[in-house]
Amino acid sequence: MEKNNQKGWLYLIPAFLFLGAFMIYPLVDVFVYSFEEGYNSASQTFFGVGSYNYSYVLHDPYFLQAVKNTFLLVIITVPLSTGLALLISVGLSSIRPLRDLFQTIYFLPYVTNTLAVGLVFMILFKKTAYSDGLINLLINAFGGSSVDFIDGPYWAKMFVLCFYTIWVVMPFKILILTSALASVNQVYYNAARVDGTSRFRIFRRITVPMISPMIFYLVITGFIGAFKAYSDAVALFGTDLNAAEMNTIVGYVYDMLYGDSGGYPSYASSAAIILFAIVLTITCINLLVSRKHVHY
Amino acid sequence: MSNTPDYEKIEKSACRRRTTGNIILYFLLTLWALVVLFPFYWMILTSVKSYGSYNAERIPAFFTLSPTLQNYADAFTTVSLGRYLANTLLFTLVTTAVMLAVITLAAFAFARLQFRGRDLVFTLFLSLMMIPNELVVITNFATVTNLGLRNTFTGLILPSVTSVFYIYLLRENFAQIPDELYYAAKVDGTSDLRYLRRVMIPICKPTLITIVILKVIECWNSYVWPRLITDDPDYFLVSNGIQEIRENGFGRENIPAMMAAVVVISLPLIVLFLIFRKKIMAGVARGGTKG
Repeated sequence: MEKNNQKGWLYLIPAFLFLGAFMIYPLVDVFVYSFEEGYNSASQTFFGVGSYNYSYVLHDPYFLQAVKNTFLLVIITVPLSTGLALLISVGLSSIRPLRDLFQTIYFLPYVTNTLAVGLVFMILFKKTAYSDGLINLLINAFGGSSVDFIDGPYWAKMFVLCFYTIWVVMPFKILILTSALASVNQVYYNAARVDGTSRFRIFRRITVPMISPMIFYLVITGFIGAFKAYSDAVALFGTDLNAAEMNTIVGYVYDMLYGDSGGYPSYASSAAIILFAIVLTITCINLLVSRKHVHY
Repeated sequence: MSNTPDYEKIEKSACRRRTTGNIILYFLLTLWALVVLFPFYWMILTSVKSYGSYNAERIPAFFTLSPTLQNYADAFTTVSLGRYLANTLLFTLVTTAVMLAVITLAAFAFARLQFRGRDLVFTLFLSLMMIPNELVVITNFATVTNLGLRNTFTGLILPSVTSVFYIYLLRENFAQIPDELYYAAKVDGTSDLRYLRRVMIPICKPTLITIVILKVIECWNSYVWPRLITDDPDYFLVSNGIQEIRENGFGRENIPAMMAAVVVISLPLIVLFLIFRKKIMAGVARGGTKG
């Protein structure tokens, strides 16, 4: 009845057109760009072919700063947010009254505009001529001295960026972990309770192993997401991230492409490919580690 | 006999320990809820403080006795917030509608129709999911610029109307519909397109709704592509609008008006979320990525 129905291709045409033009062709083209030396986007000409773009990017102090920032951000936020989300989800699933209310509240940051809410964080942390800002008042109340978190020392800016990033990524992680916890068979818990197992031991020996696939899924997506951080930083420090010393790798790519320091698609391409290589390596390492520790 | 009081004591102490444990648990959960809610409270609070009273506070007040809506009026008159909202609404609706048509047709072909090379093409499609947006955005920027589509809605919309992931999600759902329905429809002389419209789409409505919700959230918050493609404020979406307001609008110090703009931008999605809470959370758990 359904032999060789060529009509199938007809239905695929729109998807093919869009994917071909905006995904497959660019994927090839980005490698071409990255090897064209001295590319000029106005005249669309270049001098030669080689790896100069990569060496330029790797020696650019702004890029090195961006790499340092991105790695710090990843190393700090991924373990913290995943661990915190795990604790909160375990807490959430062990209560009954008010659970829906808490879940709804915790999910709110997911549906907010990162740029818009970032402004609120900026105001909370910023020190201006008129006022030290709310967070600094809290610090003063505990006996510390005020710090400008937005234009001040590097560690303070990094702290705000990490804090905001964690705030933004928590909803997704809590949601995934609570639904994973809900699907764990209650029999295990009942058996443990009969044996008089302590709460901590139940957590370590039953809960974590049972939801370990989901934890690793979150770690992997968390790494990928954090490596691509950009709009959080823009929200807090404005578009000129190089001046604020808070640029990320993705930010560097976009700055090279467009904006005040833009017009260098070749450098942007090289940086994007370097980023892709880093993410791929880390993801592979994650998968190898997870094979050892995840119980399916 | 002498053991009985001991049991009671043990039970009592266990009960007490459980209660303390619960109190601590609720306390910690409430603490995180406060961390989440506080920025929202602060933005609403600041947006109803008048400009003068906000700047006069050296120590920010946690409430205000004389709320004003003046800032909201300023947000719509001093900067073109209304325009940004209208642009974003148009962008979101058109992108979502076109994407739905494209992915439904593709998913239908992959799930229902038989043609040579189908499974090979589908595998190639799936491998496209690994490509990060950052790699392709550079050439897309060049393409759209060369086509003269900067500062147009076409340029904004075109690159985001397909999603391999959503095609995959929908195909899996389509494939669950029993073949018998299709054969029955064929015997009755129903065309493929009519079968898709009358049978498959109604059955897979929950998945389609999930996809729509995720896409709307994504469109409303998209920042990078619109920033690259538009430098004319007439075409700004809300994310770019808020960035523009921060850097040039109102004068840098008019924070209450800025917060009013932030409230207006955040409200539509939050209202949507509160209405479709269950659906959105289920949808994100199935197919969301962020973080």
